[in-house]
Amino acid sequence: MTAATAPFDAARARPAAALASWARRNAWTLGLLAFLAILLAFTRFIQPSYGVTGVQGLAISALPLALAAVAQAIVVISGGIDLSIGSMMALTSVIAAALMKGQPEEFGVAVVVGVLLLGLALGAINGGLVVLTRVPDIVVTLAMSFVWAGCALLVLKTPGGGSAKWLKDLIIGSLGNEWVPKAAVALVVIVVLVWVPVRRSRLSLSLYAIGSNRLAAFRSGVSVGRTRIFAYVLMGLFAALGGLSLTATTGIGTPVPGPYTLMSVAAVVLGGVSLAGGRGGVFGPIAAVVVLQLIRTDMTFLNVNTNLAVVAQGIILIGVVMVGSLVALRRSRA
Amino acid sequence: MSEAVHTESTGSPWRTWAAWRSLFRDRPIIPLIGLLAALVVASQLARPGIVNPTWAGVILRAAVPLAILAGCQTLTMLTGGIDLSVGAVASMSGFVLATLVSGPGTPTGIVVALVAAALAGLLNGIGVGVFRVHPLIMTLGMSLVVLGLANVWQLQTVQTSSGVPEALRWLGSGTFLGIVPNSLLVFVPLAALILLGLRRTGYGRLLYAVGDNPIAARLSGARSWQVLIVLYVISALLAALAGFLLGGLTNTASVTLADSYVLPSVAAAVIGGTSIMGGRGGFGGTIVGALILTVLSSLLSSLGYPEAVRQILFGSIIVAVAAAYTRVTSES
Repeated sequence: MTAATAPFDAARARPAAALASWARRNAWTLGLLAFLAILLAFTRFIQPSYGVTGVQGLAISALPLALAAVAQAIVVISGGIDLSIGSMMALTSVIAAALMKGQPEEFGVAVVVGVLLLGLALGAINGGLVVLTRVPDIVVTLAMSFVWAGCALLVLKTPGGGSAKWLKDLIIGSLGNEWVPKAAVALVVIVVLVWVPVRRSRLSLSLYAIGSNRLAAFRSGVSVGRTRIFAYVLMGLFAALGGLSLTATTGIGTPVPGPYTLMSVAAVVLGGVSLAGGRGGVFGPIAAVVVLQLIRTDMTFLNVNTNLAVVAQGIILIGVVMVGSLVALRRSRA
Repeated sequence: MSEAVHTESTGSPWRTWAAWRSLFRDRPIIPLIGLLAALVVASQLARPGIVNPTWAGVILRAAVPLAILAGCQTLTMLTGGIDLSVGAVASMSGFVLATLVSGPGTPTGIVVALVAAALAGLLNGIGVGVFRVHPLIMTLGMSLVVLGLANVWQLQTVQTSSGVPEALRWLGSGTFLGIVPNSLLVFVPLAALILLGLRRTGYGRLLYAVGDNPIAARLSGARSWQVLIVLYVISALLAALAGFLLGGLTNTASVTLADSYVLPSVAAAVIGGTSIMGGRGGFGGTIVGALILTVLSSLLSSLGYPEAVRQILFGSIIVAVAAAYTRVTSES
């Protein structure tokens, strides 16, 4: 049901068996991708004009939430949760927008680097507070969501600012083939550059270990506190990337947090990451975000009342989790 | 664990730091009342003369809906859960009532709103108790469902003279002699019921048991799914009540009226000493927590701080109080 935690043993087995076990481990993500393909075909069926612009819009609208979902997934895998991601994205977005407005393009590079460093710092503060105070993470990050949202309001009172043109160009438009939106490429590049090296390192083993059994991890010599902080730092980086993507796609910074915090939790769960920690990856949540976004598009095509679309979103969320936990219950009984 | 064993404090209990700590651990409400008093003094220092009976009435009136919603969080958190759907359910109930006032009348409206809320709570309970969906996800999804359906209802009903009924305005925002808020008429019996229910009834014990150690609770014969279903129905009904009072207080009916109360309600329960991990806490602390948050936000706005600074201080204080709590109540 979920992507597995240890990709190490499979490589030595025979290729076919290795492929089969890889598919089994990533069954949830593969299922989501298959569902996505069906959904795309369905979209094309109900709206024959859905094409390049549709895919383009889908990628752009999915990008901020996808980055938020990756951020949330990393923390959830480590056995925590972060309810301040939306506020963090708002804060990093307004800082980027406020600094880049009316400045030369080159200055934008410095701003982007600075904002990413800020994201790391914000994540470190969240993680540090969680570890040092020993208050449950849900409480600390809930409180910090007020703090970061307040900071965002200090930076900009009303939506405003601007974005460097190159930053927009990085995300809007297509690369090479018109069917390949830049936003999707950017997402893949970011994840490959940041997550894949982590995933291949010992740190990721610690990350999954503290998520699945903190005491066992501690007794096996994992520095639990440090690893938790690391998870939050990584989360901060992705939240900052999400904030930058908000600035880039909208061209401004909005000091009011969007629905990203709770939606990221939903996407993470739909993406096959267990809220109990230690299970899942970041690709499942990304696929889940795209599926959610596409379902919303389809509902507008089908002229479904937008309010009923919200209802459907809630039912999908509950339903999928319910099915997932039923499967898990079955398996634990068998 | 406000009613935890405090037998070890025999001998000369009031002299040592450890004894103080154990007092705080067993009666966490005492330092909280101290914090509340400090905030009241700070309000008086910030604006001399502001603290008077009228001010207290205003604070109480504003704190009542928050305290009820925080009660939902307290009860669900005792079992290790959380109810993020209270905002949507409260808004929906207030709104449904307001739309039914001019047609079928207030009593019918109240019944319909309560039934709708109970239905949402029932589904929450079934999801959490029977299907073992994580409460965070279950109630989050339910809040989307309730919000969407409330919006649909809003489009269905004609917008003629839908308004908050007079009786509710009296209850939510009226005061007795200009000081004592009428909403206490609802809140005091309700609070007594929750407090006694948690301490003196078997059901209250079951909530603590299920949250403290679900396996032990199951092995001792508690059917946790039944406990949870009843719990989430109670939580939704409390939320509906808070929605009525909030509608009366603000004299508005909107499908997003109580949304901004969700996070503060969790914060109030946490400040009040209820552990989000379950099995620890009580409603007494939560009431003080709701008062603390209300006094704090009134203090910050009377100091003329902008919304941004208020939010930052708000969050920082929640972290600080929760950290102090954990430090004091942690073993070793």
